[in-house]
Amino acid sequence: MSVKQALLALLEQGPRYGYQLRAEFEQRTGSTWPLNVGQVYTTLTRLERDGLVEEGEQDGEGHVTYRITEAGRAEVATWFTTPVARTQPPRDELAIKLALAVTMPGVDVGTVIQQQRSATIAALQDYTRLKRDTGTGGGGADLAWGLVLDSLVFAAEAEVRWLDHCEARLRRAAIERENAPAAPARSQKPEVAR
Amino acid sequence: MSSVLHLNVVSRVHGEGATEVRALRDVSFRAGSGELVAVMGPSGSGKSTLLTLAGGLDAPTSGTVSVEGVDLATLGNAGRARMRRTSVGYVFQDFNLIPALTAVENVALPMELDGVRSRTARAAARQALDEVGIGDLADRFPDHMSGGQQQRVAIARAVVGDRRLILADEPTGALDSETGEDILRLLRARCDAGAAGVLVTHEARHAAWADRVVFLRDGVVVDETGSDRADVLLDSGAR
Repeated sequence: MSVKQALLALLEQGPRYGYQLRAEFEQRTGSTWPLNVGQVYTTLTRLERDGLVEEGEQDGEGHVTYRITEAGRAEVATWFTTPVARTQPPRDELAIKLALAVTMPGVDVGTVIQQQRSATIAALQDYTRLKRDTGTGGGGADLAWGLVLDSLVFAAEAEVRWLDHCEARLRRAAIERENAPAAPARSQKPEVAR
Repeated sequence: MSSVLHLNVVSRVHGEGATEVRALRDVSFRAGSGELVAVMGPSGSGKSTLLTLAGGLDAPTSGTVSVEGVDLATLGNAGRARMRRTSVGYVFQDFNLIPALTAVENVALPMELDGVRSRTARAAARQALDEVGIGDLADRFPDHMSGGQQQRVAIARAVVGDRRLILADEPTGALDSETGEDILRLLRARCDAGAAGVLVTHEARHAAWADRVVFLRDGVVVDETGSDRADVLLDSGAR
């Protein structure tokens, strides 16, 4: 995850110290991807090494603040204007599990699908409850967190849709197997849906 | 929990012999006061049949359908029609508003048909429109409203006169995703205020607003989430 760019972007608002950066990150993302403070300071050290931030003054309580450099601002601008790369699909345990399940005798794929669907919808219900508590209006951190929640909601919904699709395809395949003429000499090509 | 809607071991068979279709098979289902239950399933799974039986628009082949403790089979046609006007509210995908009537007239119509004095009915309708956030559009005709606004009118019509069972059939189907979500929030709020809601949908994102999600396949309840399983088990044991 691009902790580096996220911290840089937060520093564009002005100098901050590590705890502040972590708090502001989590406010916007609802602690969906928790950061520990050690990670924040390690990242700041690397950003400093790369000339993207520099150490500023200590505040009254002895916190060392960091401030963004011109190179850092350019990096943030590039980040916001460049699409996130979708190079390699992340490993998807569910897709792997189903791909194996359909090829294994003795696995009840229908049950695998339904159990997953129930679990994913239960997660969707949890996200939706969080949304209800977050409210609709407003801006700033609430809006940011609402959008992160929506992202989780849409991803879960996509998973359920994919499961529905798998189930429908498996059903059709089963029906076609049943209706297949008992002539084994015929071509092995799958029948095209009419 | 008191059940506003109770389907007890309900089956619905269409046709007979070779063309027999079992739309629902021994389905037991409850929706209580304050509860929103979503029913999900592919087309042909029986979810619309469940809704038409719940609303008394069709009768089961076997089993009983009760609304607020009254077995619908014991009511005559007139009694069922009265129940539909006074106890049950419908929300459809395509809103089903009467284009020649204003928003407030649409909402007041079921009460007026039931013999409530026009002034009383309109006052209740205005209040219902206020509650769904479009009190200022009361005198508009449906054609001059957006889809989301029309669906709000339909929800007001579904709850006016203190009806306690709301049946919604893909209520967000014709709306964009944000407007659809507003409608779900509203349904949710009506249920939180004490109504029982049944929401038929194929969209997981919308079903997730419900307290429970029931999965139908080939006319059978195959699973449900978010429920107190013990309740379900007691239900099926009590037949």
